[in-house]
Amino acid sequence: MMSAYLDFIRIRFLTMLAYRVNYYSGIIIYAINIGAYYFLWKAIFGSAETLQGFTLAQMTTYIAVSWMARAFYFNNLDREIANDIRDGSIAMQLIRPYSYLFVKMMQGLGEGLFRLILFMGPGLVIVCLLFPVKLPKDPAVWIIYFIMLMFSLFINSQLNILTGLAAFFVENNEGMMRMKRVLVDLFSGVLIPIAFFPGWLKSTMEWLPFQAITYLPSAVFTGRTPMSEAWGVLGLQALWFFILLVPIMFTWRAARKRLFVQGG
Amino acid sequence: MLAIDVKDLRKQFKVQKNREGLSGALKDLFKREYNEVTAVKDISFQIPQGEICGYIGENGAGKSTTIKMLTGILVPTSGQLKVNGYVPYKDREKFVGGIGVVFGQRSQLWWDIGVIESFQLLRKVYRVSEQDFRKRLDNLVERLDLGELLNRPVRKLSLGQRMRCELVASLLHNPSILFLDEPTIGLDIVVKTEIREFLKDLNREEGTTILLTTHDLQDIEALCSRVIMLDDGRIIYDGGLEELKNRWSKGREIQFQFGTATPLTKLQLLTAGLDVTWTMNEQGASMWLPHTINVSDALGMVVGGADIRDIKILETNTDDIVREIYRSGSASASAAATLLEAESPKQETEVEAEEPEKETSLR
Repeated sequence: MMSAYLDFIRIRFLTMLAYRVNYYSGIIIYAINIGAYYFLWKAIFGSAETLQGFTLAQMTTYIAVSWMARAFYFNNLDREIANDIRDGSIAMQLIRPYSYLFVKMMQGLGEGLFRLILFMGPGLVIVCLLFPVKLPKDPAVWIIYFIMLMFSLFINSQLNILTGLAAFFVENNEGMMRMKRVLVDLFSGVLIPIAFFPGWLKSTMEWLPFQAITYLPSAVFTGRTPMSEAWGVLGLQALWFFILLVPIMFTWRAARKRLFVQGG
Repeated sequence: MLAIDVKDLRKQFKVQKNREGLSGALKDLFKREYNEVTAVKDISFQIPQGEICGYIGENGAGKSTTIKMLTGILVPTSGQLKVNGYVPYKDREKFVGGIGVVFGQRSQLWWDIGVIESFQLLRKVYRVSEQDFRKRLDNLVERLDLGELLNRPVRKLSLGQRMRCELVASLLHNPSILFLDEPTIGLDIVVKTEIREFLKDLNREEGTTILLTTHDLQDIEALCSRVIMLDDGRIIYDGGLEELKNRWSKGREIQFQFGTATPLTKLQLLTAGLDVTWTMNEQGASMWLPHTINVSDALGMVVGGADIRDIKILETNTDDIVREIYRSGSASASAAATLLEAESPKQETEVEAEEPEKETSLR
């Protein structure tokens, strides 16, 4: 059975490859985003040496790495699930002897791998050429960062799955999906590192899963969080991964009961 | 053993009510009102293994909803349900390994990849061994004539080609029950016939139980020994197709063409004593007789007294019968009860009368 799930990763990868032209423009858009934030932060720093403990070099690296990580963990599972529910094709998924949500997760992983190899890799090279990005030299940091990146993908996909499943309960969850996207970008720390949030918001964030998607791993990668604390970060990501399984399970159970297959 | 056992099955949906106007929309924003719709109303039936059963009814009668409960897609509101020894919605992942499903309106193949890739993926999903898979696939490909289609992506197939591929996809894991929801919708007559033949063979050779919904009654006539008819969520008929026809067709019509003009009064005189009705038309006349009267008796009386060039016997066809039932909304109408079982000829039989001198039949 596992080989079937692996096949879903493979097939998604191949499908993405078939439409790869879409992604070339994406690399440019990401580079522009990184550039814009780089110049913005340069202006904010002015003559200051550090802000909230970030040096400008660290900040630049943080932005570049966070955006590239976003390229990896970002996917449209929420939209795919909502569409499956809305047009009724979820029926075809339920007659298969596999777990629909697990298959979706695997497809998300296939998409992530595609983006990692064809998007994040080349993107990072371009960014390093254009901006003063300092990547860590310690291979241990790279290894642990990649493990964290996996968890970023899982946690983000879990949030996407939850948002997508909301389509079972509301007629149109377009608004929710947009809200989720903005929330994840803001609270995960892609736009502004969480260190810059006001105190009350920062402490609220500690109780939410968003920072485990970008902020915490990127902080480890840029050296802001020392390696000695990296395991704690990884543990927190793992914890969120398991906690989020619970609402997904409940939502799925409730959804199965009220499933109403549309269109015949 | 029973393949499908359904008892008092019911499914209710909550459907959102949209109130009118701006104030209605505002009210909806805070408090939603729902209508409860019962799509399937306490139906019970049993299907033994190896049977081909047709499941018919008007649009919205609850056919698809039933199929979706039987296949584990929908969870019933109440009632008992056992298919292949499983409660479908409870042990879904285990249960679906033993069934095959084809929804005519939806594809179960992956749109962007080649047909054979979809099949390979299904092989892994259903854990079919490479050997069994090869054997079954070769057999199915040959039977449904798919040879050169296998490497094409699904989106480049015609509807008929796709439907044959869907059938293969649903049978690769050798299911003991096959659910078909409008499998011949939109197909041309050649493909339809091919699919019917294939299903018949499948049932005979593998003993596969087949439950199919359709709007094409020829599917039913070609395949099914039994029909379940649904109307407004209730079963209104469950039994043989022949019996349904006999119960519902009130009689048949015999059309005559005469060599020499024959007046109505003469015809009525010929069949005096029989409860038949004559009507004149351009070509000749037609006689309507109920099932209580033998065709041969009636014909015998006419043949002796008139110069007949051609005879055509028209049995009420299934389409007409079913249309009539849908319209009246019940198969247990009193009219049906009064009709006796009669041995009726097939749908439409044409009898050519012997005519020594003149040219034979003109049609």
